[in-house]
Amino acid sequence: MIEPGMKPNGPARMVTWLLLALCAAIALFPVLYMAILSMQPAAQAMNADGGLVPGSLADTAANYSAVVNDDAINFPLYFRNTLLIAMLAVAGVVCSSAIAAYGFARVRWRGRQPLFIVMLATMMVPFPVVMVPLFVLFRELDWIGTFLPLWVPAWFGSAFSIFLLRQFYMTIPRELDDAARIDGCGHVGIFLRIILPLSLPALLVVGLLHFMYVWNDFLGPLVFLTHRDQYTLALGLELYMSRLGTTPWNLVMAASTIMVAPVLLLFLFAQRSFLEGISTTGLKG
Amino acid sequence: MKRFRTLTGLAWISPWLLGFACFTMLPLAMGMWYSFTDWTLLEPAIPIGMDNYQRLLGDEVVHIATWNTLLYLVISIPLLTVASIAMAVLLSKPARFQAFWRVAVFAPSVLPLVALATIFKLMYDAELGAMNKGLSYVGIDGPNWFGTEAWAMTAIILMNLWVVGPAMVIYLAALRDVPRDLNEAASLDGVSWWGRLVNVTLPMISPVILFNVIIGFINAAQVFVVPYIMTGGGPNRGTYFWSMYVYDAAFKYGDMGYASTLGVVQFAAILLLTLGLLLVGRRYVYYRGGMT
Repeated sequence: MIEPGMKPNGPARMVTWLLLALCAAIALFPVLYMAILSMQPAAQAMNADGGLVPGSLADTAANYSAVVNDDAINFPLYFRNTLLIAMLAVAGVVCSSAIAAYGFARVRWRGRQPLFIVMLATMMVPFPVVMVPLFVLFRELDWIGTFLPLWVPAWFGSAFSIFLLRQFYMTIPRELDDAARIDGCGHVGIFLRIILPLSLPALLVVGLLHFMYVWNDFLGPLVFLTHRDQYTLALGLELYMSRLGTTPWNLVMAASTIMVAPVLLLFLFAQRSFLEGISTTGLKG
Repeated sequence: MKRFRTLTGLAWISPWLLGFACFTMLPLAMGMWYSFTDWTLLEPAIPIGMDNYQRLLGDEVVHIATWNTLLYLVISIPLLTVASIAMAVLLSKPARFQAFWRVAVFAPSVLPLVALATIFKLMYDAELGAMNKGLSYVGIDGPNWFGTEAWAMTAIILMNLWVVGPAMVIYLAALRDVPRDLNEAASLDGVSWWGRLVNVTLPMISPVILFNVIIGFINAAQVFVVPYIMTGGGPNRGTYFWSMYVYDAAFKYGDMGYASTLGVVQFAAILLLTLGLLLVGRRYVYYRGGMT
């Protein structure tokens, strides 16, 4: 029997190791598959016995330049569009959520608790449920076919980000507020001088999560964008693949890689704060 | 003074309050109203009472979409729950390179669903795909994944196993909070590893299981992107889900009134089932230190 607190014995450790390696391999396979196929010449990628080895550097360059220079589907433009929308949305979400979260965490007032619960409940409203009326609303505003529906709502905060920031604010000692109050600070002063500087890591996580959300969003752009020049990468990739009759898989995989690479790099770069941010959402509020 | 405080609080949360009114409450109210109208965007909406709801009851596509969505929920949620808990348990074991394993298992979850579905569409390809190739190595003749309704549904559900990340991370945090001495005491009493998992660990993390099941349910009930990309809802509408019908009704057939009705019914169904899950779940959940 294994004594508690002791290290597991040899065989058990080996099994854990094997399982971990197997799971990691399975998890990473699709990404590796995509990357390898994006480096193969069409003849190899479209052949069932082509194997899982990348082609030459020249093949790779040819694939990516074919994707970037496609006549009908302008990936560089879609990349810029997506980036622009994402940055506008992230700036909005971070600013407004930081402010709203202060109201939920630091100001004591009647109605705070019920409204907080209402806010949590709004996270449960699925987008498909509101997309039709939202389309009608934005059509009235003449926003359909512009980027506005994709980033303006972000400037009113998102329930998820406010919740995350509020949880973080709660961990900042109240004594700091009191000290600032003695120095003559009001709520604005406390917010700007104490809460904001101390929550930079949390703000970063919120920004990162929202960036990925916007970058990956498909249904929003599908509903609100009308013109091909405004497409985001998600729509571009779908369009590119749906003309599969003429687009070989190696090029589709190269296009996917272009879309996947930024989020994957961001995640690797900030994985620690990223995973911590997600795990706080599971804690009770 | 008290009123002043309330005003201060409201002022701070006003960004969210405004957004909530404009982009959640207003659309919900509009959707309600349009669900009782006949409206094609070209002409003003005509109130038609309950006609849309009546039509919905007899609409065969609604039956298919409801059945598919329910089937998907009933299979994928237990599967995802078991998979994400198993992964979390495995990843919580002390092992070398722990950070690497976690990042590797989580990585597919950050990929855009459009891209992930695109990759899997190729992987499931009966002739070129890696899935059947891999199966052939172990002597299994892989199916034509997108050829029949059942296999197409299976393909979509299986793909979800690559997106266990968020739930898994939440389970990992919950596992870390399970008091060590409980497991150690059980271990001293000669309780096996499995017995400790079922009788100690799972009850201790049961509130988090309920939380994840509800989040997973709400997400799965609006499934759209993966079937849209991978199967287009086919074959024979075998993977045609409720959200796809809402989308098609509105933007393909231009029937905004009926699409609103579909949305309202979807919302009501999600709301009721979520409440049901909460009520049923509460009876089985163990809360440390009483209810929260």
